[in-house]
Order: sequence, then C-alpha cells, then structure tokens
Amino acid sequence: MFTKLEFRKREANRRELPPFAVYALGFVVIVLSVALMFSVVVSGKAAPKLAGLAAEKLEASGVENPVTAVLLNFRSYDTLLEIAVLLIVAIAVLPARSSNAAGVAHFCSADKQDVLNPVLAALLRWLVPLAILVGGYLLWTGAYSPGGAFQAGAVIAGAGVALSLAGRHEFLWHTTAARIVINLGLFVFIAVALSNALLTGTTLQYPVDYAGMLILVVEIAATVSIAAILLLLFTELKAMVDAPREGRQ
Amino acid sequence: MLIEMLIDLTLACGVVLLSCLSLSAQRVFTAIVLYVSLGLLTTMIWARLNAWDVAIAEAAIGAGLTGALLLVAWRRLCDETAAQPEA
Repeated sequence: MFTKLEFRKREANRRELPPFAVYALGFVVIVLSVALMFSVVVSGKAAPKLAGLAAEKLEASGVENPVTAVLLNFRSYDTLLEIAVLLIVAIAVLPARSSNAAGVAHFCSADKQDVLNPVLAALLRWLVPLAILVGGYLLWTGAYSPGGAFQAGAVIAGAGVALSLAGRHEFLWHTTAARIVINLGLFVFIAVALSNALLTGTTLQYPVDYAGMLILVVEIAATVSIAAILLLLFTELKAMVDAPREGRQ
Repeated sequence: MLIEMLIDLTLACGVVLLSCLSLSAQRVFTAIVLYVSLGLLTTMIWARLNAWDVAIAEAAIGAGLTGALLLVAWRRLCDETAAQPEA
C-alpha cells in the first residue's frame, strides 16, 4: 500500500514554491499562532463546565478515574469510533500474501534454528513478560488512576516490537488467531452496546450497577486489539524493509 | 515557586528549540532522534500539567512506538537510496 510513497529531496521541495510564497505562508502561520495565543490570554479563565459535570456524575460511571469515566462511559461513542478507525488502519496494512508455511499456523511463531545472542535472549526473557505485566497494570489501574486501554496496548505492542526486532519470532497476520485478535476490541464494544440497547433501551448507557464491569470487559478487549494493531503497523513496515534486502543478497 | 517557574520555562523553551532542530535537521536519522526527544519532553510537560493520562499515552505512543515506526521507515529510505543511485 505504501510502496508508491516517495521521499522527496530537499532541493525538489524547495523548487516547487517560489521564495515569496514560502515567506508569505510563514508570515500567515506566525500571525495565526500569535492570534491564537492572544485569544487564549484575552478570553481569560474558561468556566470548567464539562469537568465539573464529569466530576459530579463520577459515581454513576462505575470507575473512579474521571478520564476513564469520560472516555468509556460518558463519551464512549467517541472511543468506539476510535477503535473502528484503528481497525480500518489495520485492514489497510494487512499483508496480502498468503501463508507459505503450510501446516503450522500459530500467530506468533519462532524460528527454532535461529540462535539468538545469549545476552539478547536473556534480556528478552525479562523484558517481554515485564512489558506485558506493566500493560496489564496500566489497564487495571485505569479505573482508579491514570492509565487505560490505549496506554496498556501501546506498552504491550512495545513488547512485540522488541520480539520482532530480535529476529527470532515472526508474527503471522494471515492466521485466524491474528484476525480474531485484531477484531476483538470493536466486536466486544459493539456487542456490549447492542446488549445495552436491548436491556436499557439506550446504546452505550451502562446500568450503574454493572458499569464498572462492562467498562473493564470493553477495555480488556480494546487493549488486546490496540496492541495487535500497533504491532501490525510495525511488523508490516519492517517486512517491507526486509523483503528487498533478502532478495538482493 | 521560582524553581517551578524555572523548570516550566526550560521545558517550554526546550520544546520549541527541539521542534525547530528536528524540522531543520539535515539528516533524517538526526531528525527522528530529535523528534523522539521532543516526545519525551512533551511527556514531561503533560506531567507538569498534572495530565498523567496524556503523559503516559504520549510516552508510550508518541515517543516510543512512533519512534520505532519512523526508524523502520528510515531504514527503508536508506535501502531505496542505496538501490537506486541518483541519476
């Protein structure tokens, strides 16, 4: 998908715009920035309306962290669409190539013959579980203090990036397991919304008693999908780099 | 009070300086490293503003994963310039 992207040289960039236009654009940007800063200063302190509202209704949200309450309860429609956007991105970069290793189709497969540097192997043995643990902690603590699905997903994806960079493990995105993992977040979110619609009559308005549990379920599924999609972005870009290299050698 | 002001001013100037350096860097690799440092400095600013949620997200996604993606893209650029020398 991104194979047609070209990196333009600085000179080529410069030649496209006459110097007058560059300075004019710079001037416009500076004036707009100053005006924006000035407007913030002039308008004074804004009434913290929404923050107050969120803090007021915090008890009804099922969680104690106001950010999580807004993201996954009061404005959960936004978060639902965000996860849908991530899924669209994932579909756009999903590899088109089919499986070349017939038979074994694990999501994360290791090349047993490839011997890792012992220091790197020892580091990974600690780093990857630790990153997953930190991700789980961020997810769990999101209900009480800063943290949440996006942060947890990013940390877990970081563990995958480390594994992928070490070179022994490969993530196979054409497997069924990978597809399930990528879709899980949006699927669970929509399932929760629909079941809410049947029970309470309003989509995404959680009943107060179950709100905390529902948010946790949605967040766990979202974390798994976010981690997988961020990792997919990295491994696919890396595969595009590695493919021509192997072909040339 | 004065020390806090000093820290905030340093952070604010640092962000502007780093963004200018990152945009004007001659080599792509330098620009990427400066951009990741910019992300980490932004993280500290969010932390100073007591927005810990945003700070964690910025550190994990903005500095960490974006940095990794940019570095892989940079490697691809290197390959392409090596494969097709300028005509």
